[in-house]
Amino acid sequence: MLTSRKSSIRFAAVAALAVTSTFGVAAQATDITGAGSSFVYPVMSKWSAAYAEKTGNHLNYQSVGSGAGIAQIKEGTIDFGASDAPMKPEDLKQYGLGQFPIVVGGIVPVVNIAGVQADQIKLDGTTLADIFLGKITNWNDPKIAALNAGLTLPAGKITVVHRSDGSGTSFNFTNYLSKVNADWAAKVKFGTAVEWPTGVGGKGNEGVSQYVKQIKGSIGYVEYAYAVKNSIPWIDLKNATGNVVAPNAAAFAAAASTADWASAKDFNLIMTNAPGAQAWPITATTWMIMYKSPKNAANSKVAFDFFKWALESGQQDAAALDYVPLPPALVSRIEAYWASEYKH
Amino acid sequence: MSASQAAVSAIDLEQRSKRDARAERLFRWLLKGCALLVLASLLGAAGATLWGGREAFSTFGWHFLVSTAWDPGNDVYGALVPVYGTVMTSLIALVIAVPISFGIALYLSEVAPAWLRTPVASAIELLAGIPSIIYGMWGLFIFAPFFADHIKPWLTSNLGNKPDDGKLSWIAQHVPFIGKLFGSDYPFGASILVAGIVLAIMIIPFISSVMREVFQTVPTRLKESAYALGSSTWEVSWDIVLPYTRSAVIGGVFLGLGRALGETMAVTFVLGNAMTLSASLLDPGTSIASTIANQFSEASGLQKSSLMALAFLLFVVTFIVLLIARLMLRRLASKEGR
Repeated sequence: MLTSRKSSIRFAAVAALAVTSTFGVAAQATDITGAGSSFVYPVMSKWSAAYAEKTGNHLNYQSVGSGAGIAQIKEGTIDFGASDAPMKPEDLKQYGLGQFPIVVGGIVPVVNIAGVQADQIKLDGTTLADIFLGKITNWNDPKIAALNAGLTLPAGKITVVHRSDGSGTSFNFTNYLSKVNADWAAKVKFGTAVEWPTGVGGKGNEGVSQYVKQIKGSIGYVEYAYAVKNSIPWIDLKNATGNVVAPNAAAFAAAASTADWASAKDFNLIMTNAPGAQAWPITATTWMIMYKSPKNAANSKVAFDFFKWALESGQQDAAALDYVPLPPALVSRIEAYWASEYKH
Repeated sequence: MSASQAAVSAIDLEQRSKRDARAERLFRWLLKGCALLVLASLLGAAGATLWGGREAFSTFGWHFLVSTAWDPGNDVYGALVPVYGTVMTSLIALVIAVPISFGIALYLSEVAPAWLRTPVASAIELLAGIPSIIYGMWGLFIFAPFFADHIKPWLTSNLGNKPDDGKLSWIAQHVPFIGKLFGSDYPFGASILVAGIVLAIMIIPFISSVMREVFQTVPTRLKESAYALGSSTWEVSWDIVLPYTRSAVIGGVFLGLGRALGETMAVTFVLGNAMTLSASLLDPGTSIASTIANQFSEASGLQKSSLMALAFLLFVVTFIVLLIARLMLRRLASKEGR
């Protein structure tokens, strides 16, 4: 493995030399490989294109799922892994790994009710969980009506749409439900896949969007970008402070900056139900996982350079894809973590 | 001159026969190797899935086969829902596909004018070559909504036990089980029945092209004799063509069934992916292959082991189906006195 990596570097170096001699570009190109979360795949591909243009170094990111990403970084076959769920500090220590967040995104509940537009329906976490538990089965339920004064919802059966595949989106969504609803926490718990008490499963964000658009009276959850792109009406949520907030970049950023990063070792913190007054309660991030003393120091150095560039200059690209830039305080916290935990 | 020539050719001949023998041996080994490769990969795959699933089998024992739970939150897994979904969708697919394929094959080999046979036959072969993801997309975007809007309401109100207006139809009241089979209050298309229909469309090309091929092997004099005795086309088909080709036809049917059992992508799109056991064909379900495809990438520990165990069960189900096919063929053969 090591020799093949070396030879690929040598090949890259030779290729770079050839480029240098013909075009006079000074950089020496390195290929770095990462794998994991599909949540960050769109922004990763955009970043890698922009970064390659700037430095000549290529980033090869495979969106194989967080679990597979963690498995591959443990085996050392890639330069960095990406996961939607943080690894526990003791696991990180055991493998000599470190982790840090790279970008923030929001997950929004979406509905298909005749005549209902985005931001019209307001729910709190407990009610949302009761719907996904199958306890509230009709849109004219008094509990929903109590949260929506002035809006009369038609009687109609609620059909729950969830993800059928294991995903970070489900991980964060179910994590939120188990934080706000004791019943959910006891019965279903949270994870990339759970035993959904009711409803149907769509494959991927696309599958859930498609099902919600097809099924009248349905409610599902997708990444914010998919709701915007497919113009599916989303609902507003009451957050931890009792404020009703609409999902948007500012609300996601508020969640990221008010989450308690200071007391989270190795950034081991799931941001759902963040305490900020304007925070969107289902805000998620993806962690990059890397070796503290990597087998391939040269690649690791390039990877750090890439992440530094992504955190400092790449966040506009992320915003264009409906992700949210990390707040400056968190960026400087991550850079301090790099300086203290990683040797490079 | 001629003597030395004869000697040379004799040596030549001897060398050639030696060379031939060597080549023959090599060729035989090569053939054996090919056959053994299939056997080895079959055993390897079955063994690997069994080994990968050992943790699930040892944790849950035979409960794994009868449990409807699939609960990653509490780490409890059972195979009944996916196994039921796999068997049921494949069964529906067969019930629809076999008669239609029979009709297509008979039409093409007995009834259709000669100029039409080749184009239709190649169209069927083209249909067999369409990737399954395309059937899945078609099923999800076009067929499932159409089914939900136009076919499902009719089925639920005329046959089901949960009609929209609350009035049970005569059929639902008097025919046992049918109300349960077609009762559903899910307002959308993706379901076991839709998955079965999409699968049927996918396996019709396989079954019908095999049937057409074997129907063409029926000797013309047998058919002509029957026609001469005054048989109709139907009688010739049912009493001459079908008995003559029966074993090959069953082989073709099981080829299609094998494909239906293992089909993944198309089924994942149109089955609804719900881990719940429902008697209704109009409710969503899940299958072994689609459960694996959905969950494998994010699974770890006991969940991964349970998915491996599911894969092993798919082997077992397929094996049982092939075994039944063999037994049927043997019984038919002995009945015909062959």
